[in-house]
Amino acid sequence: MLLATRDLTKTFPGTRALDAVSFGLKAGEVHALLGENGAGKSTLIKCLTGAYKRDSGDILFEGQPIFPQSTLEAQAIGIGTVYQEVNLLPNLTVAENLTLGHQPRRFGMIRTRAMIAQADEMLAGYGLDIDVRRTLDQYSVAVQQIVAIARAVHLSGRVLILDEPTASLDAREVQMLFDVVRDLRARGLGIIFISHFLDQVFEISDRLTILRNGQHIATRDAADVDRMQLITLMLGHELQQETATKVRPMADSTDAIRFTGVGRRGRIAPFDLTVHKGEVIGMAGLLGSGRTESAEVLFGAVPSDSGTAEDSNGTVDLRNPRAAIAAGFAFAPEDRKTDGIIAELSVRENIILALQARRGWARPIPQAEQIRMANDYIARLDIRTPDAEKPVGLLSGGNQQKVILARWLATNPRFLILDEPTRGIDVGAHAEILRLIEEVVTQGMSILVISSELDELVAVSHRVIVVRDRQHVSELTGEAVTSDTIVRAIAAPEVVA
Amino acid sequence: MKSVLRRIAPQLLTLAAVIVLVSIYFPNFWQIVYVNDRLVGIPIDVIKRGAPVALLAIGMTLVIATRGIDLSVGAVMAICGASAAWSIDQGFGLWAALGIAIFAGLVCGLWNGLLVAVFNIQPIVATLILMVAGRGIAQLITGGTILTFDNDAFSYLGSGTLLGVPVPAVIWVLTGIGVGLLVRRTALGLLVESIGVNLRASTLTGINSRVLLIAVYMGSGFCAALAGIIATADIRGADANNAGLWLELDAILAVVIGGNSLLGGRFSILASVLGAMIIQTINTGILLAGFPSEFNLVIKAVLVIIILVLQSPRVLPQLAYLWPGRRNTTTPAKTAAPNSGTETKT
Amino acid sequence: MSIRALPLYATIAIFLLAYLICYIQFPAMLSTRVIGNLLTDNAYLGIVAVGMTIVIVSGGIDLSVGSVIAFAGVFIAVVLRDTGLHPLVAFAMLLTITTAFGAAMGGMIYLLAMPPFIVTLAGMFLARGASYMLSIDSVPIADPFYQMMQRAYFVMPGRGRLTLLGLIMIAAVIIGMIVLHRTRFGTNVYALGGGEATAKLMGVAVGQTTVAVYAFSGFMAGLSGIVFSIYTSAGYPLATVGVELSAIAAVVIGGTLLTGGSGYMFGTLIGVLTMGLIQTYIVFDGSLSSWWTKIVIGGLLLMFILLQKGLLKLRIHQ
Repeated sequence: MLLATRDLTKTFPGTRALDAVSFGLKAGEVHALLGENGAGKSTLIKCLTGAYKRDSGDILFEGQPIFPQSTLEAQAIGIGTVYQEVNLLPNLTVAENLTLGHQPRRFGMIRTRAMIAQADEMLAGYGLDIDVRRTLDQYSVAVQQIVAIARAVHLSGRVLILDEPTASLDAREVQMLFDVVRDLRARGLGIIFISHFLDQVFEISDRLTILRNGQHIATRDAADVDRMQLITLMLGHELQQETATKVRPMADSTDAIRFTGVGRRGRIAPFDLTVHKGEVIGMAGLLGSGRTESAEVLFGAVPSDSGTAEDSNGTVDLRNPRAAIAAGFAFAPEDRKTDGIIAELSVRENIILALQARRGWARPIPQAEQIRMANDYIARLDIRTPDAEKPVGLLSGGNQQKVILARWLATNPRFLILDEPTRGIDVGAHAEILRLIEEVVTQGMSILVISSELDELVAVSHRVIVVRDRQHVSELTGEAVTSDTIVRAIAAPEVVA
Repeated sequence: MKSVLRRIAPQLLTLAAVIVLVSIYFPNFWQIVYVNDRLVGIPIDVIKRGAPVALLAIGMTLVIATRGIDLSVGAVMAICGASAAWSIDQGFGLWAALGIAIFAGLVCGLWNGLLVAVFNIQPIVATLILMVAGRGIAQLITGGTILTFDNDAFSYLGSGTLLGVPVPAVIWVLTGIGVGLLVRRTALGLLVESIGVNLRASTLTGINSRVLLIAVYMGSGFCAALAGIIATADIRGADANNAGLWLELDAILAVVIGGNSLLGGRFSILASVLGAMIIQTINTGILLAGFPSEFNLVIKAVLVIIILVLQSPRVLPQLAYLWPGRRNTTTPAKTAAPNSGTETKT
Repeated sequence: MSIRALPLYATIAIFLLAYLICYIQFPAMLSTRVIGNLLTDNAYLGIVAVGMTIVIVSGGIDLSVGSVIAFAGVFIAVVLRDTGLHPLVAFAMLLTITTAFGAAMGGMIYLLAMPPFIVTLAGMFLARGASYMLSIDSVPIADPFYQMMQRAYFVMPGRGRLTLLGLIMIAAVIIGMIVLHRTRFGTNVYALGGGEATAKLMGVAVGQTTVAVYAFSGFMAGLSGIVFSIYTSAGYPLATVGVELSAIAAVVIGGTLLTGGSGYMFGTLIGVLTMGLIQTYIVFDGSLSSWWTKIVIGGLLLMFILLQKGLLKLRIHQ
């Protein structure tokens, strides 16, 4: 093994991000690392590259234990990384990016011509024909990725970690990148490849390792698994056990919100959606398929550039979140830290914030009322906090999520959009959030749940919309809502036949 | 009430310490007498002379709470003072002069707010423009001279007294109370803090952050207008070159001494005006002690450095550890670098 | 060509256009005499702007430079008055002090992770206060060596004078160009301005570079102070108030992005000369008032800030 981990464990407050993970990378192979958000891929990478300090376990490089303290140290050992967000400087020239820190000099001055020659030489064999004197931002992301790879390979030369390198590339650019990756594999590098595009994973990888909830699930030869097996391993559902779909009374469709042809160019293709009163709509799809983008369009966070939304009162304005909230919409985003909580403000203030914003600044919610509401929701959602005045940033992830739910429930919305509501939270909170969804639906609220957990979707949804490649590809209703059908729809088109 | 006291305790202690120091040099510090219908004494002098900085600090507190900064307030003071003097000179009368000056302040604030909230230009860069051009505009209004005027009603605002108390002091105290009530008795304060902590999440929660930002910069312009009016009324003339010169720095300093983080979020107007009073007491104290007035620059520098060390994101965690009571006011989000919020992201 | 260089071309175009307008109105302005004066009168500003360019490209700001220039003048004047030291020795002492002062500010910015704005604000107070402590009044300098330096000049064709001060500024700009564009340190400065976290990931010694950036700015402010004291033959603690603002304006008008990561040293020279040209024009005109300088500079600032913003959008759309 070129690079291996043994029982690697890393915990964060409230979550066990890596749980005794053992993993091995051979020289001359492309090894894909798979898993949904929160599976532990990025934590594993960060431990390997020294960005995180592991709690326990070993990292072995050519059989020798290593203890990289920083990405620079890991690089010196031989482990280079290229991230999704290109980790080069767009304002420097390509040559400067390639040679930063080791530019050829004479009398302390950079020998520009030698630097350019060195950069050209570093890029030789990568199939790029570019002017290295230009700034990096003048080239496409694909070229930037390859430049980043060239730098990493030059500095490290043994192990190359590619973290979602293809996320913003088109098909032609992906091929360009894969040519480079194949070439490097032939030169004997060990390459760890992370991507949520399964086609690409199958195309380039020799072996696959699947992580889920911080645990190592399986390592397989790419030739030995098919798409469905892979998705099943990733999403963690055994196809044999079917969960019975709950048949709930479907409320009257006169009181529905109808979205027609809404979408956003480059993010999600136009789609239709009718949301009935008291209905739970599940949305399934792999990471990056356009799930979150759909939610953002529905809420006006990234306004739709086509189509209309209507209800029994006429057109619904979805130009921005304010308008959507005024129309009775609510949205608990996927990334709680950056899009959800106001970390420094107290639990109470976070809970009343959306309601206060809707009432306007001039009509403050009386202090006594705020305290009553806060305590009410703390009790009802079982938010674990010493008191309502604690800054919400100090709570655990699950409790932060409950605070955000409380914030929206306080506005008494008719349509609640939940993007991965149970991600990264403990089992107890998980169950409580599902119970809560059931509860509010019986009161007539409509809910859209986006989730990677199929069991969860099957358990709560009346129907499930499947998203793939930034399109809504199918809708499953009633009896058809099973983990099996969802996996098939996600995995299509190959498996359909 | 108790929480307010705890919030401003460091400022009160600092002020007390400064006063004690000054009293050592000048034991008659607290001697206040009533002559000619006005109170006379060092504390009265401090609250009168501290008026411009206190007023600017009120507006600056809100701007800084949104994670911004307003470098232009000194120049805006000059513009508004010049506008007021020009209006008096034109014979428009007291109320028109006040109206025009305040309108000018609001327009300046609107300009800054538009650059920040609509054009998304960094506040420090956006307000720099008016900081540079503002004095030129003020000179344009005054015609390059010190525009003097003779209007007792107007100069009353700078040098008159109300029940023995200097009018500038009355103005800043009333403004402070007014703005304080406005932000704390309505939801404005909470919304401002919210956009200062997390603009993106606040917008997703339905807060009209763009309008709020513009309003905050306009508030700062309004406060600068009041300060400009007082400065102009006090000397019975508009000095476009020197009115409010470098006061933006004193105002920022007052806000920082008030314990408000430059990274936005929680704010206290009361603590900021206490900060302004601390600065003014130092200024006055150095004068009284017979030191050259310029010494206060060194003292201000030392003060800034101490506060910087105390506020530093790298020092704060250790401090919070030693002093658990402060933990509630420290910010979990700020101490964390942007790329450390990783536990849920993969 | 590179759209990143567009602001530089805009700067040069505006300068040439402005000069053309001046020339059409006052043909006398196209003489080596005016050009020589332009260089001499703006020498101290040009030198300090060289340091400011590096600071701004690194993504920082240095508000202390105006005070440091004043301190330099007072320090030299007092040293020459009270000791028998040669001016060159005083210069060496001064440059050591101002460089160390800048380095200390850079160290604080890095160690405390505080905004450069507020740290250098403290530096501004400190340097100004220190100059007051040395002397409250203006201290004349009557050293023969000083008078020699003041009178040193080459005669250019057309009887214009290229003074020693002008030459020092040109030398400073050339040094600045080499440091910023031809050294590893210079590349690191751009890297810092492009993104501190990324620069760190790529192996740039962020702390060291930050300290060096402000030390360089401190050195240039000291040099500028020397030039200013030669120019005025005195040290006055109230001198050069607000020069930091002019320097920042010159850098931005010179096409450097105020948020860091992009800009050219040569542009700063043009920015300084543009500002000088506006003043010269107003002097030539005679009827225009001096405040138009500030308004025009403010307008130019706005123009360049919006131009940079537009270019950023353009790059994102690409």
